[in-house]
Amino acid sequence: MKDLLILGAGTAGTMIANKLRRRLPRDEWRITVVDRDDRHHYQPGYLFLPFGTYTPGQVVRSRHAFLPDGVDFVIADVDRVEPAGSQVHLADGRTLGYDYLVIATGTTPRPDQTPGMLGPEWRRSIFDFYTFEGSTALAEALKSFDHGRLVVHVTEMPIKCPVAPLEFTFLAESWLRERGVRDRVEIAYVTPLSGAFTKPVASAHLGSMLDERKIALEADFMVESIDNDRKLLVSYDEREIPFDLLVTVPLNMGADFVARSGMGDELNYVPVDKHTLLSPTHPNVFAVGDANDIPASKAGSVAHFAVEVFVENFLEHIEGLPMTGSFDGHANCFVESGGGKGLLIDFNYDTEPLPGKYPLPMVGPLDLLKETRANHLGKLAFRHIYWNVLLPGRPMPVPTHMSMAGKVTAQPTENQE
Amino acid sequence: MPTTTIDGHQIHVDDEGFMTAYHEWSEDVGKSLATQIGIDMTDEHWTAIRFLRQDFADRGETPTLRRVTVVGGIPTKRLFALFPQKPAKKMAYIAGLPKPQGCV
Repeated sequence: MKDLLILGAGTAGTMIANKLRRRLPRDEWRITVVDRDDRHHYQPGYLFLPFGTYTPGQVVRSRHAFLPDGVDFVIADVDRVEPAGSQVHLADGRTLGYDYLVIATGTTPRPDQTPGMLGPEWRRSIFDFYTFEGSTALAEALKSFDHGRLVVHVTEMPIKCPVAPLEFTFLAESWLRERGVRDRVEIAYVTPLSGAFTKPVASAHLGSMLDERKIALEADFMVESIDNDRKLLVSYDEREIPFDLLVTVPLNMGADFVARSGMGDELNYVPVDKHTLLSPTHPNVFAVGDANDIPASKAGSVAHFAVEVFVENFLEHIEGLPMTGSFDGHANCFVESGGGKGLLIDFNYDTEPLPGKYPLPMVGPLDLLKETRANHLGKLAFRHIYWNVLLPGRPMPVPTHMSMAGKVTAQPTENQE
Repeated sequence: MPTTTIDGHQIHVDDEGFMTAYHEWSEDVGKSLATQIGIDMTDEHWTAIRFLRQDFADRGETPTLRRVTVVGGIPTKRLFALFPQKPAKKMAYIAGLPKPQGCV
């Protein structure tokens, strides 16, 4: 009997368990999944909780309900991986051996990493929206916020779902307008990047959307600390940004057991080959989803496209064959822009988000890099698809690899400062 | 790929002036690149630049600011003092490495 051990029952881990259970003979392969709890959060839903669009019950389900029969689910914290002995030590003292290991423990916001973030103002005037608790607390705070300075802030890249802070900003602006208090609120978007987003064409589009909404952009801002008494963000180059309500995206880091196991980089991400997701140092260890160090967005769509490639590669790898699939870094993100509209962006390692139609060239029905009602509805519909099609590992009606068909190639872009 | 001549050395650069060929770099070239962006190199500057060169040779990508701090051992505050405003970009420019990837 061979053992496949999957650490993490999030998007990547759950999809892999479902897909591989169908492909690996049950009399030859045992599949075990470890997670610290039994609550699977639909994380894109956190974006909508502060505005009351979703209720908490719509974004949390039980993890084990999404794992198939024939998969053992172990609830425990991981103490460390011992790759030399192909063993995982759990915090409760148990040890699990493996023939193959998949690390899919994601990335986590770490407010403890910025001095002052967890100070007396935390969850009073300083909030995050990347946790269920943060997002529901922010919903309460927004109810009584009707004047002053709203600052939306990104600590450091990479972050999970890199468009989400912009989406939050657009949604907040629209929400304040609907409540008739927009002219009493100043909004600033503060980022360590040199523009609104990372990729030139999308950055220009999204940057002009901030302008249109009279949202000030403060770029190249690397936060050093938060001054709770004076309610200021302070940067390493000594700029100060005052706030009445701060919505921050804390530093994101991979799981601490990755560091304890000596398997991570400076942010606890597991280095892997960006096309196969195999560890270059341990030939029986893969890291899939946000937990690895590939230069792609940390996002569910990337995990999904990567899993499709990984599953076929894994079946070749265990037979001793070369892996023939190559992940291209494909990401596909709906971007809420407020007022019941949204954009869609589609990109990979080599090609930045471009305007055009998706998924069918010329036809769509979805428009890329353009605000439409259909994209907003697509985003809302995706929650249903996530629970019922994606997690169970059923086929999705979109291609795994990015396609250039139907896209408008950009003019050479201006130098991005 | 455009080429340019700096201090008598011909180098390949991208459209923002970042060098594209690792082996065309020397400390002389680095010093000239630094001068172009108004930085007068001291020993402390060189410590950072040498870390970037070595880390790129080991890992094949330009280290992030956090990596220079955590692995290279130079506090972020110092990097902002040494390479004002945009330390990650300025260090990569002087070290003759690709522009650091704005992670997506």
